[in-house]
Formats: sequence, C-alpha cells, structure tokens
Amino acid sequence: MQEFKGILICDSFTSNAIPLSLLELLTVGHRLADATGEKLGVFVLGDKIDTAAEKLFRYGVDTLYGANNVSTSEFHPELYTQVLAEVCRQVAPSIVLFPHNDIGRDVAPRLAARLKARICMDCISFAIDPDRKNLVFSKPVYGGQAIAAWATKENCPVIVTVRARSIPPAEPWEDKQHNVVLLDIANQTPLKTKLIETVREELKGIKMEDAKIIIAGGGGIGSQEGFQLLTELAEVLQAAVGVSRAPCDEGWMTKSLEIGQTGHVVSPKVYIAIGISGALQHMAGCSGSKYIIAINKDPEAHIFSEADVGIVGDYRQILPPLISNCKKLWGQSRGAG
Amino acid sequence: MNVIVCIKEVMDPAIPSVKFTIDTTMKCVVLPQGIPLVINPYDANAVELALRVKTANGGKVTIVTLQAAYSDAIVRHALSMGADDGVVLSDASFEGLDSFGIAYVLGKAIEKIGNYDLILCGRQAVDWDEGLVGSILAENLQVPLVTIAMDVTWAQDKLQVKRVTIDGYQIFETTVPVVLTVSNEVGRPRFPTGFGVISAARKQLTVWKAQDLGVDLPGMEAATSKELIDLSIHEHKRVCSFLSGKSTEETAFKLAAKLREIEAV
Repeated sequence: MQEFKGILICDSFTSNAIPLSLLELLTVGHRLADATGEKLGVFVLGDKIDTAAEKLFRYGVDTLYGANNVSTSEFHPELYTQVLAEVCRQVAPSIVLFPHNDIGRDVAPRLAARLKARICMDCISFAIDPDRKNLVFSKPVYGGQAIAAWATKENCPVIVTVRARSIPPAEPWEDKQHNVVLLDIANQTPLKTKLIETVREELKGIKMEDAKIIIAGGGGIGSQEGFQLLTELAEVLQAAVGVSRAPCDEGWMTKSLEIGQTGHVVSPKVYIAIGISGALQHMAGCSGSKYIIAINKDPEAHIFSEADVGIVGDYRQILPPLISNCKKLWGQSRGAG
Repeated sequence: MNVIVCIKEVMDPAIPSVKFTIDTTMKCVVLPQGIPLVINPYDANAVELALRVKTANGGKVTIVTLQAAYSDAIVRHALSMGADDGVVLSDASFEGLDSFGIAYVLGKAIEKIGNYDLILCGRQAVDWDEGLVGSILAENLQVPLVTIAMDVTWAQDKLQVKRVTIDGYQIFETTVPVVLTVSNEVGRPRFPTGFGVISAARKQLTVWKAQDLGVDLPGMEAATSKELIDLSIHEHKRVCSFLSGKSTEETAFKLAAKLREIEAV
C-alpha cells in the first residue's frame, strides 16, 4: 500500500506578490508540518514558478513544485484537476490544502473524487491529534449557525479547502533553501470541456481586499440609485463598497461586489452594513471584520446580534448628515496630518 | 433535451436562529417541530434552469431526491413548478450517507433512469455546505462537469455554459451528457401555478429502494469517510451598543465621531 507523507499546498501565483490566500495556507501548512514532522511543499499554479521561488524562500517551504510540460496560466478546472491528480500521484502527500476560492471550490471536490480521498470544504481550524496522529478539522455548517469538527480515520490522503481570512497570514522568518521541482505531467487525456473565454469585470474604486473600511448595502437599500449615497460615503472615508446577495439577485449591483459565503470573504477594520438583514450566508463573508456597524430600519434584524454598534433607522435619513459630518472630521485630520 | 435535477430536502434556512438547536450527544441538528423541510434553495435554482432549458429545447425534466425516510413534498414542489417526472430514492440504509455515498446512489439511479443530456445539482446544500455531490457524480459517471453555472445555450450539438467567478464569468463549451452545478445567479425560481399544484398532487412518483438500484453501500464505505467528532452551536461574541439621538442629525454625528474613534485606534 502506498504511503502518503507531507503537506502539499496548491495555490495560484499570477502576479509578482505572494497571494494572501497562499500566506494563509502557509500558516496552516507549517502548523501541520510541525505537528506531524513531515515536509511542506507548495505546488504553484499559474506559470510563475520563478517568481514564486524568489518570493517564497523566507517562508520555510521545503519543496516548490511546478508543472513542466503543461501551462496552467489560465484557470481551467478540468485541466487543473488533471494536473493536480498527477502531482498527487507523484508527490503522494497526506494532506492537500487549497484556498476556498474559485479554484479550491471547483478543483478540490473533483480531485477528491478522482483520488478517492477524504475531503472537507471551507475549514477554519486544523490540528493534529497528538495521540492518534490524525488530522482534526472544523468548519461552519448550517450557514454558520454551528461548527462541526471531523477527524480522519487512518493514514489516507485528505484534501481540505481553507476559508479566507480565518487564519492569519504567515510572516517571513528564515532564509531557507527550497528545492524547485518541475514535474512531468503524464497521463494527460483530452479535455471534455473547452474554455471559450474568461471575462473579468474591472471595478471602480478601492478594492474590498485592500480596504480598511467597507460599506456594504443590502436589500434594504431598495434600488440601484440608493447605492449612490453609499458610494458618496465611501469616497469620504476612502472605503470600498460591497453588497449582500439581495442587490445582486435584484440586478441593482454586480455579483462581483458580493460579500458572503459564495462571494468575497473580507475582514476590514470597519464593516458598515446598511440595509442588510444579516443572513448567515452574508455574515460568513464579513464576520472576521474587527468592528461591525449596522444601520437597519428593523430593530429585530439579525445583523444587530452580530454587530458592535447599531443604529435603528432609515439610511436615507442617516447617511446625508453622516456624510457631511465625516467630511468635516476626515477633512480636518487630513489638513492637520 | 432531457434534464435530470437532483434535489435535497433541508431545514428551512430562513428559520430564526433561536429555533436552531443541536443534540450534542448525537451530534446532529434537532429539527424544529412544525416547520416543514424545504427544497435546498440552490436546488430550486437548478429546477428553474432545467425548466428554461426545456422551454428552449424541448425534452423533459425529471426530479430525483434521496432520503432515508420517505417524503415527497419537495419533489411535488418541483413538479408543481413544471417538472415532468419525480423519482424518490428512499431506503433506511441511506441514513447518514456522506457526499460520496449520496453521489454513488444518485449515479445508480441516473443510470437506471437513462436517456439524459443534462444533470443539474444545486451548487451546495445549505445544511453541511460542502458542495461535493455534483462533482463526485460527474467523476463517477465519467461525464464532463461545469460548476456554478448561471446560464446555458444549446446549439449545433454543443452546450455553452456560463459559469460565475468571483470577478466575472467564464464560458465553457462541452458535449452532453454533462453535469452542471447551479447557483442563485440563474435567477429566482418560479412559483408553482395553481394548475401545477393540482397536477403535481395527482402525479404518480417512482419510488426506488436500495435493492432496486443494486447499490452496495457497505462496499463503497471507502477510504473517503471522515468521522464527525463534534457539533456545537456557533456563539456570537459581539454585543451591540445602539447609538441614538434626539434627531437623525445627532445620531449621525455620534456615528461619525464613533467611526473616527474606531478608525484612529
């Protein structure tokens, strides 16, 4: 019987900076590698293996893997699955980590089905049981109302996707010479799905991932025009604008701004939820924020039980004076600073 | 174009969290009394997409559900929306099946139904939120898979599928049969019509037990299983302090000051 050993992180590397998701996976990977005494490897998707090798050498990775004879520059779920299935056959890791993003959501289940591996999606905590030496992991279930913890039963590969912003990113700490190994991807079969096009929407304003303050609107905003007030406030506070699912379903705002379990997962310093009821699927995307401020007409809205500061009222009345007050306060500080 | 839609019965995700309770010894959720189970919301989106495909291309829509204790409410709901046939897979041995087990049984049923072009599943169920069954099903049936679909078009023996990504979309072209997982971006599921409800209530459903499908559940109890060791209520840590004032202006001023204070920390 084949022996599975080592932790393998799979993530894409498409720009010149280490993606935040990869830094978070490195934190998990190190914890698990330390607890098991096994090696930590990273498989780099996206054809930037040289950049990755240069940037990652202070993060304590033992081996960096890339594909030798296949390009993974464009996200193609079926191709990625084929490549990673072959990588897992060659490297035989005991734990495979993915970010719970577009890639992890799609590829991890296919890979588990192909490799007959255990899988758990959207996990938030990880430990190695000191006695049984098996992996114990937990994830939110029932829309975040409960947390379930699972254990693997014996030595057999397990695939895990990690929820964004649930684990602190790794810090660089030591110079370590990692091996770079380019793997030949054998056993390639013709793909059954053909990628016609990938369309990325360019969004205006500050990106949610970079923003210290996010102003999010929900169904209570009532119309596309209503978001104008939120955008105005965002400009004053240098904040990003996001939305819950309702404005997307209504067609007021683009899906690319959606925050929640099936959209962006954000953890800004301040999250201002306006006209958002606080459905669990939405909270899954913002509960990691440091401060949550809620403005809602309905005093019974669930959002208030997950907020630090609440205002019961109509945003149409509150936002105009809020914007003018913020202009004064923020204007002053910039003048002074 | 014949479509099979796999749907799951779940606890209504809209029930207030005060009614959500867990049996920590049995490690399961206690279903609240008197609140009926509903079709998983993403599965309702899948039924909606199936009905649009039928309108555009003809063919029929077959609904399949799997459960340990027989219940046909959600299948009849899908029929009342306009689906043609319903199949209930019901057997005590299905109790506690994980995603691999569910996909295995569904695959057997789908092969038995036969003559299918599209198999649709909701992108994930709102109970365990895993999103695995559709992908495992495609792998088991050896057919292509496109996840998180929001639209499909069928022309010249090719299916074009638009799938949602975090910052836009991708378009894939594939042949049928194919498995698609379906997201809420498809749009709201239609409401049943009065006529739909009446004809759905009269429809004869197909009911298959484990032995009708020739499934070997102990045989597939594979390396894929994981052991649930704990299930607990997620406690909220925040306590909300409410701001208010004599006027909206005053409340707004307090909030601005509060924001400034928080931001400066």
